[in-house]
Amino acid sequence: MISLFEERAERRAHALSDVFLHAVYGIPGGEKIKECIQCGTCSASCPTSYAMDYTPREIIAALRAGLLERVLKSNTVWLCASCYSCTVRCPSGIKVTDIMYELKRLAIEFGLTPKEVKAPVVSRLFVDIVDKYGRISETELVAKFMLKTNPLSTLKMIPRASKLFLRGRLPLIPHRIRGTRELRECAATIVSGLHPGRTAREEK
Amino acid sequence: MQARAEFSYYPGCSVEGMNKAYDKSTRLVCKALDIDLAELGDWNCCGATSYMSIDELRAHLLSARNLALAEKEKKDLVVVCPACLTTLTKTNRYMAENSRLRRTIGSALKAANLQYWGSVKVRHLLEVIVNEVGEHEIKARIKRSLSGLKVAPYYGCQLTRPFGGIDDKEFPMMLDRLLTWLGVQPVNFPLKAKCCGGMLMMTNEEVALGLTRNLLECAKQNGAECIATICPLCHMNLEAYQGNVNKLFGTDFSVPILYFTQLTGVAFGFSRKALGINEELIPSQALLEKHLEVLR
Repeated sequence: MISLFEERAERRAHALSDVFLHAVYGIPGGEKIKECIQCGTCSASCPTSYAMDYTPREIIAALRAGLLERVLKSNTVWLCASCYSCTVRCPSGIKVTDIMYELKRLAIEFGLTPKEVKAPVVSRLFVDIVDKYGRISETELVAKFMLKTNPLSTLKMIPRASKLFLRGRLPLIPHRIRGTRELRECAATIVSGLHPGRTAREEK
Repeated sequence: MQARAEFSYYPGCSVEGMNKAYDKSTRLVCKALDIDLAELGDWNCCGATSYMSIDELRAHLLSARNLALAEKEKKDLVVVCPACLTTLTKTNRYMAENSRLRRTIGSALKAANLQYWGSVKVRHLLEVIVNEVGEHEIKARIKRSLSGLKVAPYYGCQLTRPFGGIDDKEFPMMLDRLLTWLGVQPVNFPLKAKCCGGMLMMTNEEVALGLTRNLLECAKQNGAECIATICPLCHMNLEAYQGNVNKLFGTDFSVPILYFTQLTGVAFGFSRKALGINEELIPSQALLEKHLEVLR
């Protein structure tokens, strides 16, 4: 007999896979994910797979086994640097990098990102700064990230920061574009946080 | 004199911020080559890899606004940052391929009285210079010879991946050709299109430093005296983190990193200051002076 706990876990696993597949099918060419032959070319081409808890190939294997949640709770997707080596080499034409983005968004939406993984913090700060100014201020991004994740390490940044500053390469005043309000108004028409796959489901 | 080609120019945030030298040298070199670059008015951030990790539709919206602004100008869009190239091209392509995305983004743009019909082509400056200007015109503008300077041509990831169409996706040759025209010697560089770690330098420093070390080591082993870059992020990782590579791996790299536009500018006779070479962290002056020879 399946316990209530297991049943709930299983339901959640299915929900995750469903949401994920819907979203992936929304990417042009996304349905190719069904054609994965588990050859491992993606994992072998990935410059950071050695440091991942699960390799890119294992992500698709996990999806098929209903274990997507385990992957999302790991560091895997956050080690993708978007070099697209896997994407251009996949013999089945799967857009692995786009899938990584989808998984990152999914992990955030379902609150599954592990605490020790810092990349989502950068992404969040990046989005907030771009929403505020219309452009990214690298100085503000790095400073806020350091203060948020490891305030003490900010001290270690001082030598590099001062070298850059002396060469006029550390702009302290961010550039705000005229169109920030206009961008906000455009963004407001988009249903918040939902990707095409899920928007489509809600349309139905 | 009539410009050879007119483009809207999208500098990108990184070039506006920590990597102004790329922008300075770009403007000078393009002027010398009669490429008319008019900065796109009020452009916004493309969103890069980070925005896409949080919100797909709004990430596309950021790119779409830039494309719509460029379409108004009726000119193609030239970028210098390969990450901007890939991000803007992705939105351009996905909007063309996916009607639902086109509708969603299209109606969002309406809130700003903008529309995008899909007519803008996004091009990287390197490709424009190599294909649009070509060998003859470049050679005609060379005032100083850098002959014998051994350069590792570094392309990074996103110039040719994932979309390609302008050069080989894994072993491009465009920059090699340009360097040859300039009279410098591109060395064999097997890792030329491998990843430098990109944004991981902030979040997973050890992993990114390992990738950067591989690049420096490969360039050195093949006899390169400096590395030519086409991407502000690669440039930053190779240059500003070279000290961290040395500290972590016990190496003693001191490889100057120069934008391809800076090398071109030096050959065209512009001063180091005008090209922003004086803003660098690893001095290249001695190296350049060793090879420089005034032709005319």
